[in-house]
Amino acid sequence: MKIEGKVWMFGDHVDTDLIIPARYLNVSDKNELAKHCFADLRPEFIKEVGVGDIVVAGINFGCGSSREQAPLAMKTAGVGAVIAKSFARIFYRNAFNIGFPVLESEEVPEQVREGDSVSLDLSKGEIVGIEQDKHFYARPIPDFMRDILKAGGLVEYLKKR
Amino acid sequence: MPMTITEKILAEHAGREAVSPGELVQVDVDLALANDITAPLAIDVFDRLGAREVFDREKIALVPDHFVPNKDIESAQQVKVTREFARKHRIKHFFELGETGIEHVILPEKGLITPGDLIIGADSHTCTYGALGAFSAGVGSTDLGAILATGKTWLKVPATIKLVYEGELSPWVGGKDLILYTLGLLGVSGAVYHSLEFTGEVTEGLSMSQRFTMANMAVEAGAKNGIFEPDEITKEYMEERSDRSGNFLKSDLDACYENEFKIRVDDMEPQVALPHSPDNIRPISEVDPVVLDQVFLGSCTNGRLEDLRDAARLLEGRKVADGVRFIVIPGSPSIYREAIKEGIVETLLDVGAVIGPPCCGPCLGGHMGILAEGERALSTSNRNFVGRMGHPKSEVYLSSPVVAAASAVIGRIASPEDL
Repeated sequence: MKIEGKVWMFGDHVDTDLIIPARYLNVSDKNELAKHCFADLRPEFIKEVGVGDIVVAGINFGCGSSREQAPLAMKTAGVGAVIAKSFARIFYRNAFNIGFPVLESEEVPEQVREGDSVSLDLSKGEIVGIEQDKHFYARPIPDFMRDILKAGGLVEYLKKR
Repeated sequence: MPMTITEKILAEHAGREAVSPGELVQVDVDLALANDITAPLAIDVFDRLGAREVFDREKIALVPDHFVPNKDIESAQQVKVTREFARKHRIKHFFELGETGIEHVILPEKGLITPGDLIIGADSHTCTYGALGAFSAGVGSTDLGAILATGKTWLKVPATIKLVYEGELSPWVGGKDLILYTLGLLGVSGAVYHSLEFTGEVTEGLSMSQRFTMANMAVEAGAKNGIFEPDEITKEYMEERSDRSGNFLKSDLDACYENEFKIRVDDMEPQVALPHSPDNIRPISEVDPVVLDQVFLGSCTNGRLEDLRDAARLLEGRKVADGVRFIVIPGSPSIYREAIKEGIVETLLDVGAVIGPPCCGPCLGGHMGILAEGERALSTSNRNFVGRMGHPKSEVYLSSPVVAAASAVIGRIASPEDL
């Protein structure tokens, strides 16, 4: 599983209200939800985000509300993965459950910059900063969680078994 | 093996003698909960799994509370999906308008949660029920959808952080101040993947209402759950509400804690969270007298009868300051009714408050009191993130009901002592 895209940099404690404000949660259609991804924080995001782009952030990404609409909106908007120093508990679980890769790395948020091109090999947990030709390794994820990602989410994973 | 109360509840629901932090366990769920925002996605997961029947129609609660009374066509559709699922599967605890209120207020009130239970809800503030000595944690819609079908889920056993509150509380200081102070101490990621256990002589004297307030905000430190050992106060609360007696568990004296904080409360002032984070805490004497446009009294944190009563007692015979919109939302129909009986509603109306129907209201910026650009609000709710209650350039401060009441009258953030 390879993902390639541009880096979008975010800070610490990005909460789910910032990922998708609650006023847009009156629908469940993922394409509608995606239109409002980071609406207040970075209004340009949804216009400029490319398929496979990677969100890079600091600690406690996805804190706050349990809304699964947050990772769902990001995934549907085209975001390929999130690489953060750490994640809030519910967001982390939700992301795997919908087949959205999220990886922990202390280094990547320190080393890459907004707009850098990055490639990510999920099976190895390897992240390559293309311009700098730098290689990083994310904290490994257990096999069953990688299988959930490969299947496309918990529902698909459970149905396969 | 010595265990904390959280470990004991998880062990029992995993069918195990003992569990220890870090282990992954599969547990049976006593009550699964979703609201009008999270249920539709969970129902979609349930259908996509190919499930035909729910695991137990009496162990599921579906509570429309976020955008009710339906604020627009889209919200109405979401509630409709939830209602139709509830009818199809004969879900016992579906709350229609008129019966519904804030999920974390009405479920304990109806006796649906007893000490020792394990509750999983598709709402981050599901941790509120730890006030009753239950294990309760929030999840997303996919996890909840799978639980609707199977009645089971997997959890990592959290390590526990023990909070010991000692000393004597000053007047005007209570559960909300204790939890705000604690959030300032731990930070918003200070308890990620952990359990918070609230203990000490101070907690023993707290009413159920104040315990709910504290457990409610455990998630604001990133915690999986927050819990109190159930005691006589819990028992008294349960006796009026449930036929089930519950399992009154306590942590073993030699249980293992990852960390312990002793918190002296004697000199604690009312606490306020400044924008834009619930861990940005200052004692009230260090808060600028910020001029307010709106004050909100309500939410799953502070929408209970005691909260309304405390505010009304302080407000009797006074008037809301010019330029302040004072919004009060009782957390459930029975709180609303009791507030009318006790004269609380009349007092609040005389003061100049507007009283909304039981729901989450403006807490999450959905409806019933949205902030415009540049406006400032003081709220008794639990989050003050950027844009939480409206425009991304509005500001939210968090406090207890008595600070909110005093501030509504004075027109700026103020202590009850300033009245």
